[in-house]
Amino acid sequence: MTQDIGDVVLEVEDLHTYCFTRWGVVKAVDGVNFYLRQGETLGIVGESGCGKSMTALSLLRLTPQPVARIVQGRILLQGENLLDKSESEMRHIRGQRLSMILQDPQTSLNPVFTIGNQLLEAIGIHHKERHQSLMARAIHALTQVRVAAPEQRVDDYPHQMSGGMKQRVVGAIALSCEPHVIIADEPTTSLDVTIQAQYLRLLREIQEETGLAIIFITHDFGIVAKMCDRVMVMYAGRVVETGPVRAIFNHPAHPYTQALLSSVPVMEERPERLYAIEGQPPALWNLSAGCRFAPRCAYAEARCEQEYPPQFTVDDGHGANCWRLESA
Amino acid sequence: MAQATSQSVPSITPESTTRLMTPSRRFPGLPLFILVFLLVLPGIFAPFLAPHDPIRGSLRARLKPPAWVQGGSLTHPLGTDKVGRDILSRIIYGARISLAVSLVAIVVSGVIGITLGLIAGYFGGKLDALIMRLVDISLGLPVILLALVFVAVIGPSFGTVIIVTAVLLWARYARQVRGETLSIRERDFIARARVAGASHFRIMFRYIFPNVINSLTVLATLQIGAIILLESALSFLGAGIPRPTPTWGAMIADGRELIVVAWWIAMFPGLAIMLTVLSLNLLGDWLRDYLDPKLRNV
Repeated sequence: MTQDIGDVVLEVEDLHTYCFTRWGVVKAVDGVNFYLRQGETLGIVGESGCGKSMTALSLLRLTPQPVARIVQGRILLQGENLLDKSESEMRHIRGQRLSMILQDPQTSLNPVFTIGNQLLEAIGIHHKERHQSLMARAIHALTQVRVAAPEQRVDDYPHQMSGGMKQRVVGAIALSCEPHVIIADEPTTSLDVTIQAQYLRLLREIQEETGLAIIFITHDFGIVAKMCDRVMVMYAGRVVETGPVRAIFNHPAHPYTQALLSSVPVMEERPERLYAIEGQPPALWNLSAGCRFAPRCAYAEARCEQEYPPQFTVDDGHGANCWRLESA
Repeated sequence: MAQATSQSVPSITPESTTRLMTPSRRFPGLPLFILVFLLVLPGIFAPFLAPHDPIRGSLRARLKPPAWVQGGSLTHPLGTDKVGRDILSRIIYGARISLAVSLVAIVVSGVIGITLGLIAGYFGGKLDALIMRLVDISLGLPVILLALVFVAVIGPSFGTVIIVTAVLLWARYARQVRGETLSIRERDFIARARVAGASHFRIMFRYIFPNVINSLTVLATLQIGAIILLESALSFLGAGIPRPTPTWGAMIADGRELIVVAWWIAMFPGLAIMLTVLSLNLLGDWLRDYLDPKLRNV
């Protein structure tokens, strides 16, 4: 394990978030474990509907009410269990210690206020200070995300800014109260590739300056390779493989990870058809006791259908839940 | 011919296109003028503008016709009523009542309606169902009947009129605000506010409310017309502000029995009500188009 990064700031143990719907209980997050160190970036990868965003919302305790509920588990932020906190204590934690950058910068800003106003508003939730010192914090936050001429830009309305600029402002709002952990939920999906690269570089730079821990939710392996120290692959509400980014890319142990990586198109080749994993992820309200990937897995055996595999250690810090690893 | 077309081309400027638009898109200059001179200025400066005392009449000058009718004089430009009170002065003082009632009622019903609408739209669920059923009930109540019940129970006064109008009109605000809140609360900037640790109260009033102000302005303008009408109706029925306070509705009621011999007693306050409400509606229509970003710069 790489010990050069700081202490563990966030630890999630056996997290279960279920959605209680008319059609039954949907196990959106079903026993997720992970930890995050200071200054580290953890990537959460998986296809749509595998529980990535629900995990993120669970951390903030902002799962859609009243449908979704965290039924079990512990979320330790610097040793304190967030699930024991009251709603008003959670409000103090959100934004200040644990923050989030949402997907779409176009709608993440309130169209009727200037961006300065919105920054002041966000900072004002946690800092009861005079206008000048709040303004200084706002300008500092904009400088941090490399917005040129922040003193003038604070008077701009969101519609006067470009998409990339808006996403920086959203980032500035998320960073304005200097959180320890930030969750970035596909923050670059709506940006074009050049702006995306710039934005990711910016996040890394801020991380180096402040020792911020980042949870990066994405389905883009290119971004994972660029951004993350460790990766956690999720499938149908569970973590199937976790490990350092190099290990995952060079020798993925779980068939699902392997399949995901092979479906990333390689630019040098021009295949007739792009590789895709056969079938659909399972319906989350009707899960079998066995491995959830088994119906789509090329290596599935009889045992896979009956029993869920525990995590097997592949390498130092690299583990996967697959029966094939038991013999190895 | 060629010259004619070349001349007509540059004439299609933004100004000329606005002139071609439907009446509601044009700036409502006349309605605004009427409102200022019939409602706002008299309402504020009544004591300085009215030529006579609106309450005390002179029995020697009973039932004088307007100045331009035979037997009328410029002392009473719009004539006098059966106890010799100057109609013009009473209309000017009546504007004060209309203005005061409509402003207070708008604020009271607005505060109730907006708060309940935000709560219903934001929290949803059972609370929403409960508030919206209350809205349905409120909108289904027979207006005049309810007003009379209130007046019978509490007694006629300025406060009663405000309570009646507020009880009847909050529901429209609630319904409108709730509808817009439903769509705004799903926007990402609300999620962002929640992530930043904002409380429900803060989200409702600092994030959602500013986004619904535009349509509320329109609604409030149109509602003022409705309130003035309602207040006049109540006064006409004797359920409004007690006499001898001059109100437009009560003036019409006073002139009703004498309409054949002295038409001016009921006519002029009636005209005042009509022009004010019409102007408010035109202004409201224009505001709705003006404040709608989808119609702007088209």
